[in-house]
Amino acid sequence: MESAAPLLTVRGLTKRFAGVAALDGVDFTVRPGEIHALLGENGAGKSTLIKTLTGVHTPDGGEIILAGAAFRPRSPRDAENAGLSTVYQEVNLIPSLSVAENLSLGRQPGRFGFIRWRAVRAHARTVLARLDIACDPEAELGSLSLATQQLVAIARAVDLRARLLILDEPTASLDEQEVAGLFRIMRQLRTNGIGIVFVTHFLEQVYAVCDRLTILRNGRLVGEHAVRDLSRLDLVAAMLGRTPEETASTEKTTRPQRSEEPLVEARGIARRGAIRPVDVAIGAGEVVGLAGLLGSGRTETARLLFGIDRCEAGEIRVRGTPVRLDSPRAAIRLGFAFCSEDRKREGILPHLSVRENLIVALQAKRGAWKRLSRQEQEALCEHYVRALRIKLSNLDQPIATLSGGNQQKVLLARWLATRPELIIVDEPTRGIDIGAKAEIEQLIGSLRDQGVAVLFISSEIEEVVRNATEVVVLRERRRVASFSGPEVTAANLMNAMAGGHVPHE
Amino acid sequence: MNDSLLRRVCRSPAVWPLAGILLLLAANLALKPAFARITILDGHLYGLPIDVLNHGAKILFVALGMTVVIATGGIDLSVGSIVAIAGATAAMIASHGVTSLPLIVGGALASGLAAGAINGLLVARLGVQPIVATLILMVSGRGIAQVLTDGQVLVIRQPGFDFLGNGFLLGLPFPAVLAMAAYAVAWTIRRRSAAALMIEAVGDNPAAARFAGLATDKIRVAAYVVSGLLAAVAGVMMAANIGAADSQRAGENLELDAIFAVVVGGTALEGGRFFLAGSFLGALLLQMLTTTLYNLGVPPAVAPVPKALLILAVCLAQSDRTRAWLSQLWRRSP
Repeated sequence: MESAAPLLTVRGLTKRFAGVAALDGVDFTVRPGEIHALLGENGAGKSTLIKTLTGVHTPDGGEIILAGAAFRPRSPRDAENAGLSTVYQEVNLIPSLSVAENLSLGRQPGRFGFIRWRAVRAHARTVLARLDIACDPEAELGSLSLATQQLVAIARAVDLRARLLILDEPTASLDEQEVAGLFRIMRQLRTNGIGIVFVTHFLEQVYAVCDRLTILRNGRLVGEHAVRDLSRLDLVAAMLGRTPEETASTEKTTRPQRSEEPLVEARGIARRGAIRPVDVAIGAGEVVGLAGLLGSGRTETARLLFGIDRCEAGEIRVRGTPVRLDSPRAAIRLGFAFCSEDRKREGILPHLSVRENLIVALQAKRGAWKRLSRQEQEALCEHYVRALRIKLSNLDQPIATLSGGNQQKVLLARWLATRPELIIVDEPTRGIDIGAKAEIEQLIGSLRDQGVAVLFISSEIEEVVRNATEVVVLRERRRVASFSGPEVTAANLMNAMAGGHVPHE
Repeated sequence: MNDSLLRRVCRSPAVWPLAGILLLLAANLALKPAFARITILDGHLYGLPIDVLNHGAKILFVALGMTVVIATGGIDLSVGSIVAIAGATAAMIASHGVTSLPLIVGGALASGLAAGAINGLLVARLGVQPIVATLILMVSGRGIAQVLTDGQVLVIRQPGFDFLGNGFLLGLPFPAVLAMAAYAVAWTIRRRSAAALMIEAVGDNPAAARFAGLATDKIRVAAYVVSGLLAAVAGVMMAANIGAADSQRAGENLELDAIFAVVVGGTALEGGRFFLAGSFLGALLLQMLTTTLYNLGVPPAVAPVPKALLILAVCLAQSDRTRAWLSQLWRRSP
């Protein structure tokens, strides 16, 4: 395989957004007849790389060589014509058209503006048969399962003479059987000499189907390996940017402070397609970490605990009493708070002022008619602006004009103002600068000292180890381990996150 | 202090409809100086400016409800039909020999409330797109009104009812007084309660609003109920004004006028921030234009054209891009 001339060679690819390098001198090589995993946590640069390859972004530096010729796509269509097709998790075909129509979309056989429908259908049947995809060409695409829609998208790409196929998280919402079906087709394409770039968060799948893998972190290339040469543990360490030895020596600064009865206890809460039954118990004055790679079910667990999605099984108890959690409102009444990882979509009210953003949760708790007076609002805001060192020019500026770190602090303040008993923080330090990170960690420590129960979710292992007294590890949407007190070490967490066989030292 | 107040007024979105009103006023005065004359007869004020307020009352009411609905990120196309339903309900109740004014008016308002509740439930609970959900009632509403009045123009004879459309209070036409009172109440609610914050939060980012603990569904339903209720008030007034319920014509195209008033007033169709003063002035601007054209003898068939031009002008004045372009021209010219 090494001898085959590369299908795609990327050298020193650089892409900056507003001066920040999203890709920094990345090399990437895919050979024909190879399934190549592209791995990395959030913000590693995977999607920027894909978007640059498919002509969505123009690179700021470096070169792309496709099948021996320099390649500078200016649009996804350009890339498609050159033999590079992409299938996204959200299929970008037209759901209201039939499978057959989608397959010949943009190049329908016909004459004088009329479409030869019989030819369209016949063509669809051949294309689907070639890949052994069982599906009715007459069916409306949107009525099919997501898995089948993806297969149709792949069939379309192959039919467009794709030589390189990029599959961007195709398995994120598929069940095991559907994943197996997808893998069968991927292997078939590999035998036909097509190169496949496979983006996934599931390490098992990397080992099941891939030949080689490339790891990115913070926009830089970490390494390229043959899958069989790299252990799971080394892979996770590379993705997170630590060697197992390094992390083992990280010093713990948290003091376990176990109270007798947990404040909040979830038993076997589960939801189909989100998380298998999981137990979590959080005591007052305790920071429990929820660790796991992206897509392991961390956020899903938090959403169940906050009543955003409903549990399909299991129960949640507060001080030993089972409670009904059917909306965030109900959770807030129980004294819960949830700082979402998706600040933009689920956190800020972008056009409203900092003041309004800060008081909205408390005001919601009080109801519309018990309005906080302007003085109360300002006093509250000034308190938190000082306590959390939020940098702003005035309280009435729209929150969207603040930096990410300051927005995050305002959102934390929004929840602190409700005086919660349990606060769930999901990736509270994502996308913010180092100073603000340290301040937010400090804040979590002081909340713990005040007797608040904290559920701390983060993909940064160090952060979890530093802050949590107890950690639950999730992998592939199930709970795989839990550690408490002195067992909470980066090495232990990493082993559990990686799964599989881990060599003993 | 003075400077900052001036600057605040200039930055307020209400400044554009206000400018439009002043412009029309100036044009009127130039063309027909009698326009601004207000006479006092029997202690009542008469004159074209008073007419504008009086006839603009229906747009004012409907635009107020529309403001709230648009602020939540929705739209209510059914208000014109609700106007017809409310009038028809009042006429139907009166035609059954009921003489009690509270019963007639209460029945009409209840019909608007019910219509708004249906809209709200379709949007908030069933997740129907606002434009589709309210289109249902917009299309079927006039049919419902026809059924209520047996397809006829029912005459309503009740002395108290007539006052609602043609009476005077404090020297001003009653509908105008009531419309201004409605805006005053809305303004007070905005100042004294957190309702406005909640509405704006839902319109600005529904997911974040829900996660912050707001009852987003209830807030949306409430917005459509308020809109339905205010449309019913407008319906009662129009029926009282002509002393009859006209299921075909009453409130025709009123939803479009209301949307125009709201948008001209600076409230974005995407939802979020809303401006009561903007909607108020936007509604008056629209009525002022209609009255002016009528006053100048422009045939009704041609009237929509200048109206469209004005809408275009105000929208261009509000667009950031046009403003940037204009300021560039300004700088380039020596």
